Amino acid sequence: MTFLNYLLSGISLGSIYAIIALGYTMVYGIAKMLNFAHGDVIMVGSYICFFAVSRFALPPVVGVLAAMAVCTVLGILVERLAYKPLRAAPSLAVLITAIGVSYFLQNGAQLLWTPNPKVFPSVVGNGRLALFGGQLTVSYVTLVTIASCVVIMIALTLFTGHTKMGKAMRACSEDKGAAQLMGINVNSTISVTFAIGSGLAAVAGVLLCSAYPNLVPTTGSMPGIKAFTAAVFGGIGSIPGAMLGGILLGVIEIFAKAYISTQLSDAVVFAVLIIVLLVKPAGLLGKKISEKV
Amino acid sequence: MLTVNDIHVYYGNIHALKGVSFQVNEGEIVALIGANGAGKSTTLKTISGMMHPRSGKITFLDEDITHTDAYKLPAKGLAQVPEGRRIFLQMTVMENLEMGAYIHKGKVPAEDFENVFSHFPRLKERRSQIAGTLSGGEQQMLAMGRALMSHPKLLMLDEPSMGLAPILVEEIFSIIQEFHAAGATILLVEQNAEMALQVADRAYVLESGSIALSGTGTELAQSDEIKKAYLGG
Ligand SMILES: Nc1ncnc2c1ncn2[C@@H]1O[C@H](COP(=O)(O)OP(=O)(O)OP(=O)(O)O)[C@@H](O)[C@H]1O
Ligand SMILES: [Mg+2]
Repeated sequence: MTFLNYLLSGISLGSIYAIIALGYTMVYGIAKMLNFAHGDVIMVGSYICFFAVSRFALPPVVGVLAAMAVCTVLGILVERLAYKPLRAAPSLAVLITAIGVSYFLQNGAQLLWTPNPKVFPSVVGNGRLALFGGQLTVSYVTLVTIASCVVIMIALTLFTGHTKMGKAMRACSEDKGAAQLMGINVNSTISVTFAIGSGLAAVAGVLLCSAYPNLVPTTGSMPGIKAFTAAVFGGIGSIPGAMLGGILLGVIEIFAKAYISTQLSDAVVFAVLIIVLLVKPAGLLGKKISEKV
Repeated sequence: MLTVNDIHVYYGNIHALKGVSFQVNEGEIVALIGANGAGKSTTLKTISGMMHPRSGKITFLDEDITHTDAYKLPAKGLAQVPEGRRIFLQMTVMENLEMGAYIHKGKVPAEDFENVFSHFPRLKERRSQIAGTLSGGEQQMLAMGRALMSHPKLLMLDEPSMGLAPILVEEIFSIIQEFHAAGATILLVEQNAEMALQVADRAYVLESGSIALSGTGTELAQSDEIKKAYLGG
């Protein structure tokens, strides 16, 4: 039963990585850039939810929605102000800008909300569900996290596969020039992608802080890096890849913590990543279709 | 229908088009021929708004489109099949056609797909296939079909015969003539001067960024200069 317990916490942590990784991978797919500020959007979302619930005593659902709304706007603004002017610039310039935005958000948070940790109120409550006559207990947070991840995965699959906007997004990520020739407004499609990615980051932030309730201005950076790893692991640019990569990463991390060593868990995670990339350089589900002449 | 007036286009400081002027009238097939690097693709990219001229003017259906963003032009009736086809390789044939109809509000009518399939029956068989797995000829057909989905008033084709076997080249050209017979106006860029001059009502010859010659298709096909430079004799 401990094995099952570990597996569930692994899937739950992995679900959070997966939700963050989706933002990375979607933005990479369309804007061909690594948005290193993505992790910090998680942190902003968590603070918004924290203030809504703890200070203004709003219901948790309202807190989550407020966090999503603020992060969506933040994502669009960051793209418009920081990245859009660099659309034609070398990718290194964009990367450095993204790192700059990341520090800007962290320092902004320190200034606004101080570096002192805040104790995040779980939006799900602290109950646990007892299964198998109490042999296996699962916290509600774990269940809600996994369920959110499943819902998000289904919704995104439907969105990209069956809606006009979703298909236009895929068209833009393949070939922006050709997409424009179809009449697709590439700039607004990129905005929508940032909006979706950042809205999801808010959800991830709330779930993360519900499970690990210590909120500081750097809360987002480590999960951000892990989720980026997960996106690469699954095949950057691929939505199912981000899901798979995130969940596997979470499971590997928890198992490494449980069975190998808490201190070494991150090293194990990255070792697995390196091995996978040696065997499959495009990541687990990353693919390259070569153009025929 | 389309008037290009003295456009100068640059890549950085490379002066690619040096005062190109020509026009396309409604219902015509106009060919733009010329050697590699003459500026044919640059001309089409400038018309479709992918690039903008430093000076000069482009008018389409009495509207100045010189600086219009590329994505606004399909709704005005302009469609381009770009060089190298540039279909969406990871999307299915149907999805590619749907993207072609992107400017259409609401559900794309089934007749529009049927119309494309009537020209390209092979695409119908392969409608659920991922475009990247199509053969080169089929990809060209898809690129042309995708452009038809927006019901363009002017269709611009950039080297539709590139890389295709002779029999497929014939097929593609006969389809271009089908489009024409159905009333489409076509601006055709080709290196295959012989085929292009056969189907074209009028043609222009581009040489290092300027128009060197122009005339009807037949006139140019018989001109000695053209024969020497482009028709291998
Ligand atoms: N992206 C670019 N950057 C710099 N120069 C370019 C670029 N694209 C084209 N050129 C230059 O502009 C000129 C015209 O190119 P263009 O692609 O229009 O030629 P083309 O007539 O279409 O040739 P081809 O038959 O080979 O397709 C060439 O000298 C080319 O080297
Ligand atoms: Mg060309």
